[in-house]
Amino acid sequence: MRPRQREFLVETLVRAAGLSAIFFMALIFLFLLKEGAPAFWEVSLGNLFGQRWYPNEDLFGTLPLILGSLLVTAGAVIIALPLGLATAIFVRELAPDWLREILKPLIEVLAGIPSVVLGFLGMVAITPLVRELLNVPTGLTAFTGSLMLAYMALPTMISVAEDAIDAVPKSYRDGALALGATRWQTIWRVVLPAARSGVIMAVMLGIGRAIGETMAVMMVTGNAARIPHEWYALFMPVRTMTATIAAEMGEVARGGTHYHVLFAVGILLFVVTFIINAVASLVIIRGGPRRGGRLMG
Amino acid sequence: MNHRPTVGFGTLLLLILVCSLAACGPEAGRGTAAVPGDKASLQNKGSDTMVNLALAWAETYGQIHPEVQIAVTGGGSGTGIAALINGTVDMANASRRIKDEERAQAEANGIEPVEHVVAGDAIAIVVHPSNAVNALTIPQLSAIFSGKITNWSQVGGEDRPIVLLSRESNSGTHVFFLEQVVRQGDKQDKTLFSPNTLLMPSSEGISFEVRQNPNAIGYDGLGYVTPDQKVVAVASGEGEPYIMPTVETVRAGSYPIARGLYIYTVGEPQGSVRDYLDWIMGPDGQAIVRDLGFVPLE
Repeated sequence: MRPRQREFLVETLVRAAGLSAIFFMALIFLFLLKEGAPAFWEVSLGNLFGQRWYPNEDLFGTLPLILGSLLVTAGAVIIALPLGLATAIFVRELAPDWLREILKPLIEVLAGIPSVVLGFLGMVAITPLVRELLNVPTGLTAFTGSLMLAYMALPTMISVAEDAIDAVPKSYRDGALALGATRWQTIWRVVLPAARSGVIMAVMLGIGRAIGETMAVMMVTGNAARIPHEWYALFMPVRTMTATIAAEMGEVARGGTHYHVLFAVGILLFVVTFIINAVASLVIIRGGPRRGGRLMG
Repeated sequence: MNHRPTVGFGTLLLLILVCSLAACGPEAGRGTAAVPGDKASLQNKGSDTMVNLALAWAETYGQIHPEVQIAVTGGGSGTGIAALINGTVDMANASRRIKDEERAQAEANGIEPVEHVVAGDAIAIVVHPSNAVNALTIPQLSAIFSGKITNWSQVGGEDRPIVLLSRESNSGTHVFFLEQVVRQGDKQDKTLFSPNTLLMPSSEGISFEVRQNPNAIGYDGLGYVTPDQKVVAVASGEGEPYIMPTVETVRAGSYPIARGLYIYTVGEPQGSVRDYLDWIMGPDGQAIVRDLGFVPLE
């Protein structure tokens, strides 16, 4: 009887812990909705999706913020994807065992660097370099933010992509090599396509990491709420959604229009992140349950 | 044998639960420990321009009156006034006057903000030391910061793009600069900062960019100007004299971008808040004002 009771207790605790994640998620979303929804009738939609963000004068155009976030994130993925993929291939397929044992923990240490430290490093060291090397008016640009974010997204991308490559059965490699393929052909034509869903998952997680990052981005992107419309907009300053919330939330009077709009920006960010996660999950499900299960763990 | 691991796991879970409960302990205890019998504890929050000044006041005052503890935090004038409205501070520092809507919000919460002028300040216009431009007029500054002038050659400098630096819009310095410089004191004027203006989260962010970027122009309180930035003389208009910001020119009223620094209290100050404010406005408090590069009261 007693073991069974104990079992029941443990089962209940574990279940409660599992369900609490959903519960908190729902609470957070409800709170966001409660605080942010009034913005959609307090501010006209034309203003809310307008081109000018200047809350002091009741101009709440979120368009520059959304485009700013997307630009910085896209830049980060373009930089991080080839680097991350190459590192994952190297660590899993090419590196000798002893090197892999050194590289893996080092890559994970990268993830532990606080973003404010990276942001400061970016502001002090990278910003002047970007300005001088690219000959742009200021080094506080979307590109600088992308560099910082790429660096931050790399550990996640590498770990997940590496797991995906590792999950490709050894028989695939053996088969390819037996057919006379070179090592590179095996990796490029057999292993990577087989690990496709996991690699896409790695990219999605990287995007999720990048779009939500605040501190480093706020310190190096210049925070100018301008519409990035030129072809060289990546090398001009931008203001992201997260930096706006962080910079302005402390100032607002609770319950005011500006307060509601900042939460509405939070909702927009939540929706974008949710879409990215949903797409990632769809990809995983299509990729087959075995590999998906492994990657989710 | 078989259920042994389960016992271990269950104990582990309980242990985690207990630990997480215990972690709440000190947090909950802190609130009660903070109010010992005869010590007065004052909360002072607001303007980043004034944060060093407020810290120096609080530190010196704490040495003379160890029974009073003053906690100083920055965040911006808007942040301080918002905290005053929400009733979480005793004194709000502001480098601009309270807005009518903020006063209305405070009164709706049953709080009457009372204004005290505690020091004077000049807004200095700063550029990179290599910049050839030595003097600008207010109309020129307005055109620069609203984006009508975009190249240094248009105001007598090299052929370089102008990079605009400003504090975040919650800063009192930002609001003051918008009203007095960008809109040239005209209340009907609806000119805004150029959307290309970089909004820096801190004074340090501005001075860092000004120090290393020859294209940059920024503005900040006189107390924040370091020797490695170049200060530009300002004239109120074409044909008027160009004046450098100093304690003397601000006091004489000749430097065009000067302002008061304020502390707002909840109602007429009483008890330890009254004593503190009297001390700030007295000779000792004003000596600190001068030491930190601000302008003392007459």
